[in-house]
Amino acid sequence: MIRVEKLNKSYHLGHHSLHVLRDVDLFVGEGELVAIMGSSGSGKSTLLNILGILDDYDSGAYTLADTLIRDLSERKAAIYRNQLIGFVFQSFNLLSFKTAAENVALPLIYQGVSRKKRDALALEYLDRVGLADWAMHLPSEMSGGQKQRVAIARALVTKPRVLLADEPTGALDSKTSDQIMDLLTEVNGDGVTVVVVTHEPDVAARTHRTIRVKDGIIEHDEGHP
Amino acid sequence: MSIDPLVELYETLRTSKLRTAVTAFSVAWGIFMLVILLGAGSGIENGAEHEFRDDATNSLWVYRGTTSLPFEGHKIGRNVQLTDDDYDAIQRNVTGVEHITGRFYLSGQFTVSYKGTVSSFDVRSCHPGHQFIENTIITSGRFINDLDLRDHRKVAVIGPVAVDRLFHKADPIGEWIDVHGTMYRVVGVFDDVGGEEEQSKIYIPITTAQMAYGGASQIHQIMFTIGDATVAESESAVLETKRLLAGRHHFNPADKRALFIRNNVDDFQRIVALFARIRAFIWIVGLGTIVAGIVGVSNIMLISVRERTKEIGIRKALGATPLRIITQILMESFVVTGTAGYLGLVAGLGALELVRAKVPPSDFFRDPEASFGVVVSATLVLVVSSLLAGYFPARLAARVNPIVALRAEG
Repeated sequence: MIRVEKLNKSYHLGHHSLHVLRDVDLFVGEGELVAIMGSSGSGKSTLLNILGILDDYDSGAYTLADTLIRDLSERKAAIYRNQLIGFVFQSFNLLSFKTAAENVALPLIYQGVSRKKRDALALEYLDRVGLADWAMHLPSEMSGGQKQRVAIARALVTKPRVLLADEPTGALDSKTSDQIMDLLTEVNGDGVTVVVVTHEPDVAARTHRTIRVKDGIIEHDEGHP
Repeated sequence: MSIDPLVELYETLRTSKLRTAVTAFSVAWGIFMLVILLGAGSGIENGAEHEFRDDATNSLWVYRGTTSLPFEGHKIGRNVQLTDDDYDAIQRNVTGVEHITGRFYLSGQFTVSYKGTVSSFDVRSCHPGHQFIENTIITSGRFINDLDLRDHRKVAVIGPVAVDRLFHKADPIGEWIDVHGTMYRVVGVFDDVGGEEEQSKIYIPITTAQMAYGGASQIHQIMFTIGDATVAESESAVLETKRLLAGRHHFNPADKRALFIRNNVDDFQRIVALFARIRAFIWIVGLGTIVAGIVGVSNIMLISVRERTKEIGIRKALGATPLRIITQILMESFVVTGTAGYLGLVAGLGALELVRAKVPPSDFFRDPEASFGVVVSATLVLVVSSLLAGYFPARLAARVNPIVALRAEG
């Protein structure tokens, strides 16, 4: 599903250049549930941005769902993001002036799905994350766990091939974190490839495989029994 | 295209009412001022054009003067006298003469009576061509004709004021009126757009006046129209007339005081040119006001885009293409500017209507109007300005980097 080969990425800050990712090779098969761990500055965020087609890279190759992701126009990148990837963020990133249902329906707007169909799909996915009754509520009226579940529903509503979660439990207590991980595991059980970036060993332990990134290289890559 | 962007637009505007209101006001004000200014400009212009309505705008007016340069042995200070022969000479020799008339001045008000009703009027003696130079409109009967001149007939053409005062609105044609002791037969009634003063004149044949008041063949003033002559053609007609009369009366053609010629073509063109400049000035001021409005809108939208960086980042991450973001911002600016501008336009037109209804027309100001052209131009300005106002904010929004935007707290 995800194939990264000899990927390099540098940031240029004035005269200095920062080599963030060095010859990274990574393969994630379809239906896997993977954790990426690493301290801040390790390059894991950059790697996630590249996997999420939010950032480009200098050399190497990144193939997502048999599509080479390289030198895309902003428009193409937006379309691929919309069709192939679902995002879950640490700070939820819901639009505060939209209801839960409207937030979930947002990616469908960019696919040109009709309003009626959007509303139906949004309700269906809110129901899946157990928030059907909260459809008409604004994010400000919901708890952190509820917001993250809305965000997951939004990530799933386009039926993406890959779900990228950036510290999805970072802002939640451990009980709620567990519930979110239950949900992600369930999503993975339905066949969606899930990549979770985290620095919490508890979260990583609930995945099938942990990839450790340090100083721009993959230091360790092991499956869990 | 679905209505989704409109729904999104509504949500955005709803969440920032004050900002939207302030932005809208600046644009509405700009358009309002443009319409008012253009309307006021047309009002002043209409006032000036009204001034010119009385006299033919393509006419030259020749007045006698006194020589100020010695010429061919003649001393200075000689009065130049015009006669019937000069009238004939101008008609024959000056290029492009169309209608021509002389005037033999009858000074002071004349006592005029009809069946015991007495009033006093200005009496003007002239040739038949006078009708076209003063824009005199015959409402019944006829104006003075060539037979009147040849036979020195005692006939008069009277205006609506005389009809009112002497005839109490009865039909005056064929009736005899007493003008300062001489009986004249009324052959026509005229009207004149030049106002009450022109409307209370009485016209008689110039030959009759010359004979009755001891003028022999003397003429005080000659006026003639020169068709659709350009300013240059009118100026050469002035020169021709001056040379012709200089030759006939032996004065230096360069003598500025021997003869005075008023060139209405030139005057009218000057006024027309002046108003073209005033109109251009008004457009500059009006557009300046609108530019201020655009800059205001643009600024406020820029702030709005900055405030919504995170929102735009989220939208981009979820698959909004740059085009989609640009469309959204442009539509925002378009709807705000368009609606506000439309209201400003309507308010401006309404204000002009109010002025039209309440302010009496004068020579300085009458009928302020926003013509169809003005409305179309203002609308065009509006559309262009709204797109301009949205351009920079939209570009900024399209450049939002989702990575940076999503990292921001809030």
